[in-house]
Amino acid sequence: MVPGTTFVRVCKAVLVATGVSIIGLATASAQTATPPAVAPVKLGIVTFLTGAAAGPFGIPGRNAAEIMIEMINAGKVPEPYATPGLGGAPIETKVLDENGSTANQVTEFRNLVQRDGMHAIVGYISSGNCLAVAPVAEELKALTVLFDCGTPRIFEEKSLKYVFRATPHATMDSVAAARYVVKKYPELTSYSGVNQNYAWGQDSWRDFVAAMKALTPKAKVEKELFPKLFAGEFGAEISALLTAKSPIVHSSFWNGDLESFIVQSGARGLSKESTMVYTAGESAMFRMGSKIPDGSIIGARGQHGVLAPESALNTWFRKVYEDRFGTPPLYPSYHMAQSLLGLKAAWDKAAIKAGKRPTTDEVIAAFENLEFEGPSAKIRMAIGNGHQGISDIAYGTFKYNKAEARPEIVDIVRFPAECVNPPANMTSTAWLEAGMPGAKCN
Amino acid sequence: MSVRHTLLGALVFAGLAACVPLLPLWLISLITIAMSSGLVVSGLIILWRAGLVPFGQALFFATGAYTVALAGLWLKISDAVVLVILAIVAAALVAAFAGLLLARYREIFFAMLSLALSMILYGLLVKSEALGSTDGINVAQATFFGMKPRGAAYTIAVFWLSLVLVFLAWLSVTAYLGSVAGQMAGAIRDNEIRVEYLGISVTRLIHLKLTIAAALAGAGGALAALSISHVDPQMAYWTTSGGFVFVTILAGAVSVPAAFIGALIFEVIRSIAVAVLPGGWQMILGTVLLVTILFVPNGLGSLIMRKRIAGQGGSK
Repeated sequence: MVPGTTFVRVCKAVLVATGVSIIGLATASAQTATPPAVAPVKLGIVTFLTGAAAGPFGIPGRNAAEIMIEMINAGKVPEPYATPGLGGAPIETKVLDENGSTANQVTEFRNLVQRDGMHAIVGYISSGNCLAVAPVAEELKALTVLFDCGTPRIFEEKSLKYVFRATPHATMDSVAAARYVVKKYPELTSYSGVNQNYAWGQDSWRDFVAAMKALTPKAKVEKELFPKLFAGEFGAEISALLTAKSPIVHSSFWNGDLESFIVQSGARGLSKESTMVYTAGESAMFRMGSKIPDGSIIGARGQHGVLAPESALNTWFRKVYEDRFGTPPLYPSYHMAQSLLGLKAAWDKAAIKAGKRPTTDEVIAAFENLEFEGPSAKIRMAIGNGHQGISDIAYGTFKYNKAEARPEIVDIVRFPAECVNPPANMTSTAWLEAGMPGAKCN
Repeated sequence: MSVRHTLLGALVFAGLAACVPLLPLWLISLITIAMSSGLVVSGLIILWRAGLVPFGQALFFATGAYTVALAGLWLKISDAVVLVILAIVAAALVAAFAGLLLARYREIFFAMLSLALSMILYGLLVKSEALGSTDGINVAQATFFGMKPRGAAYTIAVFWLSLVLVFLAWLSVTAYLGSVAGQMAGAIRDNEIRVEYLGISVTRLIHLKLTIAAALAGAGGALAALSISHVDPQMAYWTTSGGFVFVTILAGAVSVPAAFIGALIFEVIRSIAVAVLPGGWQMILGTVLLVTILFVPNGLGSLIMRKRIAGQGGSK
């Protein structure tokens, strides 16, 4: 016997075993166990389970999906969502990881729809993935609710029929930040920005500058800094900001970059020169606590979390979420919850109208231009041909409560949806460049 | 390669093309994506045999993909065949230029330099807001000889295109590996100085190998862009290059068909791993890589070849 043939045999055995398990899995996934009385609605959930975006966005989103779907199936969500399931049909979920190349995401999207027979997909945090799967959803006629991605390009570049996004797009975050800044600093003469050099950072800064130009034309841009994504070390940027001495510094940082920047700029006393505007600051607020300088302006991509107004639905959502996961829900959790509730509202409405299980087209008809209550705000599917949601938004000022050793948000200002979102017939860029015509702020 | 082999191969591909009605659509698009990385890997085999492992092959992959996207966007070219040819030419041109520098380096220096070049492209794409930065841009669906298949027909058309490309790549890579220039690879890996003494310029030979490998990577990129209808800078990122190297290790450099079979196996394993272990699918991929390196160090291709050699009584 030639040495090495044993290895070959082992390999063959491994390969055969893999092959057998592939076939086994394929058949297992093809057959469901005993069919329940009502055929379930199969829902694919796609969110980051691994990688840099999993901690701050992906996992809070998945947790919200887990608890919400459980509660929806049990019919335990408060009114007006107290009926079980989607139009009475229980939800059966399959959760997938969003990490990996765009090619992987498109392939897995096709697998979910064509192989696994999902009736709807709720997911996607990365704007790149949202842009890539949207045309595929159209091609496969698969009802898809994008839950967290921010780019306004989705519905502005082309008209989509099968794709919805209940979560408002990112233009609102920058416009509301600008309105809050102008309200608090009417005499502002200059401002700077430090944003990650990738689509989200570039778009956030561009929209913020455009909104500032419309609101306070006399204020000048001092420094525009674009460190690379996940740089983690901002010594040079902080030096530049310290010499610029702008009263306001805009930043759309998130995750590790946000926390590193807070720590590093705190050590060098940037807060004495400038007030920071963190448009996604809420996601780091509880972890960073007293390290965030008092007076920093904090946003949450909507009026979520601590910025949310009191409501029965919100109180309930916070309670069940905290009881299960031990931490309060972050804004991606709210984005997931409101996307699922939007789908439920549309599905229930279509089911009542049809008198039986609605078809995808009937759910789409019900979803278009729908108004429904999310845990933190009323969502109106008002733009993007009725496929893109808008909602009110709030910004506030950070204050660390030393007595109770917990972070607080004070001076909360709420902006109505029409004040910070483009009208249905305009793209966000055109609206901002025209000086935000038709914005209704009172 | 004998005529018999070519005909046999043509038959296999015709058979695969005819299989379309039997295959579910998700599997067809999965195979298409696998073939796009198989094309890149078939080029990597050429370099691998000369002892070169580029960690930046994504440079040419992304060049091919963005060529397709931008030719559609700016030049309004929609014919799939023209787009693929453009992508191949663009990637080969980039390699012909980059090769002036790359072809002088070996081993880790070659690997790192190629990685650096691909990261430069990544950096440029990320900074270009007009091209959507990290979000990338959609690729318009292509036409095929004036026909405009849409929906399921488009998926099938791209699948057939991938079969044609794979067939052509298989023929040409096998022919090249059998040629004198191709056979030199082993000699270059073993002793470069001796090859130079034979009167052959190793630098020029490696430059040529780089260009051929880049052309194949460009074709792979074009196919990926047409298949997923979206391009983004991630295609030029080093993890993409790492993925190609992974498949090359899995497939081995012994046999050309193994590149495509390896790519398909990788894609199937990845897809199953994602479904089975959503929070830790990378662990399954890592285990597969480890097992391959431990037990089949020359890749899956070596299993096919060993069988063939055994069948011929070791006469080859």
